[in-house]
Amino acid sequence: MSSAMTPAAGGGFSRLLERFGWAVAGIGLVAGLWFLASLWIASNPTTKTFTAFGLIPTLQAFPELWAAGKIQAAAAASGYRLGMGLLIAIAIGAPIGVLMGRIKWFNNFTNSPFQFVRMISPLAWMPLAVLVFSTWNGSIIFLIAIASVWPVMFATAAGLAKVDPAWFKVARNLGAKPWHMLTKVIMPAIMFDVLSGIRLALGVAWIVLVPAEYLGVTSGLGYAIEDARETLSYNHLTALVVTIGIIGYFLDGILVALIKRASWHRGGVA
Amino acid sequence: MAIRGTEIKIQGLTHRYTPRSPLTFNHIDLASPPGEALAIIGRSGCGKSTLLHILAGIHKPTEGRVLLDGTAITAPSPRWVMMFQAPHLFPWMTVSQNVGVGLSFGRWSKQKTEDRVKEAIKLVELEAWADNNVQDLSGGQQQRVALARSLVMEPELLLLDEPFSALDAFTRSSLQKDVRSIAKRKGFNIVFVTHDIDEAVIMGDRAVIMAGSPGNIVHELDIDLPDPRDRTDPSVQALRTRLMTMFQEAANYKKPESATLA
Repeated sequence: MSSAMTPAAGGGFSRLLERFGWAVAGIGLVAGLWFLASLWIASNPTTKTFTAFGLIPTLQAFPELWAAGKIQAAAAASGYRLGMGLLIAIAIGAPIGVLMGRIKWFNNFTNSPFQFVRMISPLAWMPLAVLVFSTWNGSIIFLIAIASVWPVMFATAAGLAKVDPAWFKVARNLGAKPWHMLTKVIMPAIMFDVLSGIRLALGVAWIVLVPAEYLGVTSGLGYAIEDARETLSYNHLTALVVTIGIIGYFLDGILVALIKRASWHRGGVA
Repeated sequence: MAIRGTEIKIQGLTHRYTPRSPLTFNHIDLASPPGEALAIIGRSGCGKSTLLHILAGIHKPTEGRVLLDGTAITAPSPRWVMMFQAPHLFPWMTVSQNVGVGLSFGRWSKQKTEDRVKEAIKLVELEAWADNNVQDLSGGQQQRVALARSLVMEPELLLLDEPFSALDAFTRSSLQKDVRSIAKRKGFNIVFVTHDIDEAVIMGDRAVIMAGSPGNIVHELDIDLPDPRDRTDPSVQALRTRLMTMFQEAANYKKPESATLA
């Protein structure tokens, strides 16, 4: 694997530095606009009460929230729900996706109901979930799972549809058992697509998580935002919003790295 | 790791794809002694490729059987391995991993696997590429990897389905010589299907010509030439001409007792 990468590694460090530079510049631009906006809010008498939404107060809120353990606790609670929801989505979505990609009648049979259910907003399930699950945690995990199962399922099916049937013929010809077809052929062949699906699922799940936590629960990032609003701690509110962005950004980054590792396609897929 | 070849006996082999489709071929009998390289020549549609797939255990005959030293071929096995027209390598693997993939389906120790893979890669002269991703390789090199992937199983019978037809003339000719010399050194049998007369003369010990519909073996020719064989050699040329004449006769072949069809 590593030797196959060598041609791309030429000047790798300077390219990395360049990309890092662009990232810093981009984030700097957003921070600068925010800063200008906060100056304007502070100078305008009608909006003066919202000065705490500004960049500087927000940055000041981080150490406070961290010292109080609020960010850690909220991130842990949300992370647990997200992780469980995604795990369930993968455990259900990937095998069904494999069946959809491998068995034509199953795909025809399931396509319409799945496409139909997929189009129902995950949050529309909320009242139902609350009735069915005895705990808030349970219903939030359900919402995340039902939001993220579709991208995993459809990406897996699409990945399998691209698998060259000749690979199975070759493997069978060399004595592969059905188990080997799964572990040696299907899994490495579609890992890239499955991970791409998980990446999409993560994006959806992360979006669903926060509004789901606005209701009922007393932990998690969504709850912490609601809490900050009710106590009028505006800089805590913005700091938590930024925290959501940061965590989401890093989780996505991890998946991008995994996708790159699982990618065997040549010709600039990433 | 000298491999003893195997005695192939094809007995009364009949095939049709579905009960309603016409016969692909009808009652073929053919035998090949241990270590022989047998060429099956014919135009497309004569059933030669189907015959090869039955020999590989990929297709099943409608009637008749194939015996390998007395064992009936009913399914694929590492003892009889087929090499296809295209290499069909696993693109997420290195050359070594692709070559060793068949061993990973069985119970082989890590050391034994490594040794065998190394030897097979050496046979096809790809030592320098062992750790490269197969997508770095040219078409000819990829087909060499596919050859090594078959050889690593140490089959008694190697089946080749027009394996070099997609390659350029130079690569094709060097692979033809390599396959023959490896097979002769190791002692395993080859059965290969081709529509290329040259390939039959360079690689085969014997050629059979299939023709007609349903297909049948209409001619047979011993290719009794010393190794290494050179295309420009007059004796090779002479045999090539004979085989070509037979092939053309076969093209006009009509099965005399067409009663079997009705």
